[in-house]
Amino acid sequence: MSAVDPIVFYLIIFVLAVFVGYHVVWSVTPALHTPLMSVTNAISGIILVGAMLAAGPALFDWGGWVGVVAVVLASVNVFGGFLVTQRMLEMFRKKEPAGKPVAKP
Amino acid sequence: MSANQVALWYLVASVCFILALKGLSHPSTARRGNLLGIAGMAIAVVVTLALVYTHTGNVGYILGGIVVGGAVGALTARRVQMTQMPELVAAFHSLVGMAAVLIAIAAIHDPAAFGLPSPIPRGNRLELFIGTFIGALTFSGSVIAFVKLSGRIRSAPVVFGGQHWVNLALAIAMVGFGIAFFLASDEAKWLPYIVMTTIAFVLGVLIIIPIGGADMPVVISMLNSYSGWAAAGIGFSLNNPMLIIAGSLVGSSGAILSYIMCRAMNRSFISVILGGFGAEPGSVAAGGGEQKPVRVGSADDAAFLMGNAESVIIVPGYGLAVARAQHAVKELAEKLRAKGITVRYAIHPVAGRMPGHMNVLLAEAEVPYDQVFEMEDINSDFGNTDVALVLGANDVVNPLAEVKGSPIYGMPILEVHKARNVIVNKRSMAAGYAGLDNPLFYQDKTMMVFGDAKKVVEDIVKALD
Repeated sequence: MSAVDPIVFYLIIFVLAVFVGYHVVWSVTPALHTPLMSVTNAISGIILVGAMLAAGPALFDWGGWVGVVAVVLASVNVFGGFLVTQRMLEMFRKKEPAGKPVAKP
Repeated sequence: MSANQVALWYLVASVCFILALKGLSHPSTARRGNLLGIAGMAIAVVVTLALVYTHTGNVGYILGGIVVGGAVGALTARRVQMTQMPELVAAFHSLVGMAAVLIAIAAIHDPAAFGLPSPIPRGNRLELFIGTFIGALTFSGSVIAFVKLSGRIRSAPVVFGGQHWVNLALAIAMVGFGIAFFLASDEAKWLPYIVMTTIAFVLGVLIIIPIGGADMPVVISMLNSYSGWAAAGIGFSLNNPMLIIAGSLVGSSGAILSYIMCRAMNRSFISVILGGFGAEPGSVAAGGGEQKPVRVGSADDAAFLMGNAESVIIVPGYGLAVARAQHAVKELAEKLRAKGITVRYAIHPVAGRMPGHMNVLLAEAEVPYDQVFEMEDINSDFGNTDVALVLGANDVVNPLAEVKGSPIYGMPILEVHKARNVIVNKRSMAAGYAGLDNPLFYQDKTMMVFGDAKKVVEDIVKALD
């Protein structure tokens, strides 16, 4: 019997990950759909991993620079996405009854 | 670091991402979830950095890039206003798309950097083709969505004759060049790749320009999905399970949000994609021939009505977000609560400009989230509510949705018309996005208060004193 091609393993991972994503996302409360979108945005910044490989080749030529640009773009996503999500979620804190004075806009 | 160690750390990071999404099932667990997401990303980045370091030692440029990009991202996240979230998200999607294309270019140029055999094998080329075209579509589509959402160009649909045929022809041409890239010899691989990528950029523009107006929540969810699939596609071409897993999570999340938005607007996904909805139903809009009488009241009248009620439900809509009236509304609710009146908020899924946007705007105004209810949870309560206050919403409270044969029949609505009294604030009697007249406005128990939402609410607050 021949060994399974790695591509088949990746396909298995892919299909199972889609299933996990499907079920987890349905459990997200509609009130948090905007934070969901910004956090998935940050998570898709995982492409940073690929960009890092591109930006660190043994022989650094123009391909390396292309990788560096990709690193910059993906980092904007990662940092911006997670921080803006955090900022939004801070607003969804339960308010203390008659707590600290309400900040006026 | 060995490949096995790297893969296991990627597994840990993936579990963190899944838990990050799971945390969003309730506001009380969401912050912890986000921190887990950050932890997952940190693990993935550090492990990859270690991997590159052990292989080539070339990590200086990577760190520089992360510092620059991270600073820009952090600054943007701090400065952005909550009303601008839709355009921020669109801008971020475009970055993922562009990064995917750039990585694909780097991979074709130097497969060895990614641990791929050189010249690059056919199978990986096929995956690079898929990752590139989704990335390119995501990029140019998101740029168009961004300029539409930020008001740099009109958000109205841009439609021209034969649009779908042009798109189809371009799509076929793109696939053709993709196949050429797949079959090309190592020397001839660039030309078909560049042509294919260019077509994909153009196609992204053409797919998004015919969609506009109230369909933007669908567009933005769809591009969210694309950005995930682009990452997954690149993951396949680089044989990287981390990208595949994270990309699939994002891709399915965006797909579900698109579905939820379409369902809430009673539109099929296909008809949104084909676009042009906002342009055609003009005939229906013009049909509102004879003038029916409406009861017009002032802010004082509204204050009187609400001041004597026992229960009030506030229905905030797009108009409220445009007028930035959420803080004023919160003040109104506080005033009413101080008088012992029950005040709740009812949110339609497509209120605001992106999924869940209205909830964020209310949260920003420090409205406690336990006063804010989703449509399904509050619809049965309108019948025993004294006053429903509709602020800048129209189609989502249109009872025609319950009338067979009407263009919006079947669309889920907030059943405001069942409340004992209805106060509707609008700028004018103009029809909503669907171009339909709204029988709610002509009910005997409905009072119209015309004017800017912020101004009107502030006047009501003053009148309550």
